[in-house]
Amino acid sequence: MTTTLPAYDEVVARYEPVIGLETHVELGTNTKMFCGCPTDFGGEPNTRVCPVCLGLPGSLPVANKAAIEATIRIGLALNCSIAEWCRFARKNYFYPDMPKDFQISQYDEPLCFDGYLDVEVGGELVRIGIERVHLEEDTGKTLHVGGATGRIHGATESLVDYNRAGIPLVEIVTKPVPGTGALAPEVARAYVTELRDVLRTLGVSDVRMEEGSLRCDVNTSLNLPGEEWGTRTETKNVNSLRSVERAVRSEMLRQASVLDAGGKITQETRHFHEDTGDTTPGRSKETATDYRYFPEPDLVPLAPDPAWVAELKAALPELPRLHRRRLQEQWGLSDLDMQSVLNAGAVELIEATVAAGATPAAARKWWLGELSRRANETGVELADVGATPEQVAELQGLVDAGKLNDKLARTVLEGVVAGEGSPTEVMTNRNLEVVSDTGALTAAVDEAIAANPDVADKIRSGKVAAAGALVGAVMKTTRGQADAKTVRELILERLGAQG
Amino acid sequence: MAAISREEVAHLARLSRLAVTEEELDTFAGQLDVILQSVAQVGEVAAADIPPTSHSVPLTNVLREDVVTPCLTPEEALSGAPDVDQQRFRVPRILDEDVAS
Repeated sequence: MTTTLPAYDEVVARYEPVIGLETHVELGTNTKMFCGCPTDFGGEPNTRVCPVCLGLPGSLPVANKAAIEATIRIGLALNCSIAEWCRFARKNYFYPDMPKDFQISQYDEPLCFDGYLDVEVGGELVRIGIERVHLEEDTGKTLHVGGATGRIHGATESLVDYNRAGIPLVEIVTKPVPGTGALAPEVARAYVTELRDVLRTLGVSDVRMEEGSLRCDVNTSLNLPGEEWGTRTETKNVNSLRSVERAVRSEMLRQASVLDAGGKITQETRHFHEDTGDTTPGRSKETATDYRYFPEPDLVPLAPDPAWVAELKAALPELPRLHRRRLQEQWGLSDLDMQSVLNAGAVELIEATVAAGATPAAARKWWLGELSRRANETGVELADVGATPEQVAELQGLVDAGKLNDKLARTVLEGVVAGEGSPTEVMTNRNLEVVSDTGALTAAVDEAIAANPDVADKIRSGKVAAAGALVGAVMKTTRGQADAKTVRELILERLGAQG
Repeated sequence: MAAISREEVAHLARLSRLAVTEEELDTFAGQLDVILQSVAQVGEVAAADIPPTSHSVPLTNVLREDVVTPCLTPEEALSGAPDVDQQRFRVPRILDEDVAS
């Protein structure tokens, strides 16, 4: 089906979007939620399973204390209330990704509820309400075979690996977010980015979207100004920060074109496609599963000790937004400068470079200048550009010590990025150190004077500006490895002129 | 009045992937009704001062430490599977269903 989509600015001029986000996070515990099987990524199929996570008769689950603690810490970081008493629930459904035929989850008694997360979008603070944070177990992985494409349609059978089944999974659900207008896609992305940073700061998950340890579903609806919120769709399969933004935008455009044509939005699950950037319908809510939730009889209720919760709260690390604000002050950056650091993904890198001994200004110069340029050229994240904060600090140390000038330092950095070793090693191996041997420099200066007698005469007669030509000649013979200021002083001295 | 309708039984059968005939629907609706009516009698004696109970033992916070324990070998894990392929459980295709989370 091909329809012409309306322009984005026309859509946001006519309609008001409401968004909501559901995020699943695999916790980085050593073991699964209800058994002692390890949780590490990868591994041969069905090698990390036991009677509990295979749902064999007679096995009984026991909740992982570390997972409960991590979930409470997430709730506290998101300003949630922590339940004084709550239960796990069985979510019953017919699908082979859980061998028990149900998933242990939480239903109307989430462990954490009613919080918020503040995110910054274009310098403005947007408060995203958090509805709930609950704990459940991840499902196994199904491989559909027999079809041409490996997708479920056309497949004749499914092969199931239960290594992932039972890994602790935290679900974080926002309240509906109205009132963001044209910024809705950016707000969605900013929220998931901030949430990812919070989770990383807490150290509860490796939050890798590409490996699926952080997964996101995006709810979107449109309504006319002053009218009730529209019917929402839920977009799944959104696997990168960029996709979060694209999915909201694409769904806003699609819904607007349906509404413009006098049509109605169907409440449904849609799937996001990374390649085309648009969504296609999945399961319609007409056939929505009836999950028949009931309290899990094999697990006793949770009643977190308020003293323990208070302890966890007191021990929370400094959260990303406050941390960034403190760094901005320490580094003496304007909002705009800080924004460019954030956009470049350079905060942690600069922080580590400063910790390794560089000044904030020097650290920022390298990461936002030469290294950002290189990362853009090669299409990699700044952190993967090939230089470490320690190496950048070392490089700046060589500049400060007068061993490298700016141009040479950039050449050394090239070598470091190319994997030739530490800055000092590259400098030594490529023989790039500034020539500080006065004898060698004097010889080069005398050579330049002898080769350019007319220029030398001008300088002798007081036209010191002409010295530039000789400096250039000396830099050429020393292959750029001299300090230009020193060379100039030397030339004037040899010709008896005053600087 | 019946505690469960014929339609509700048909719905449950569908959820359970049970192929139930029209005749069986009548039979099961009648049998389930007797069970539900009997259980409902408990509700009649439950007074306001008796909270609903989901667990029969008065325990909370039964937790385990986050320590790895031995797993089954893949051979053991798959030994009870009706069909195996590529060290995975092989099951018939499932269409029009969605994963839980």
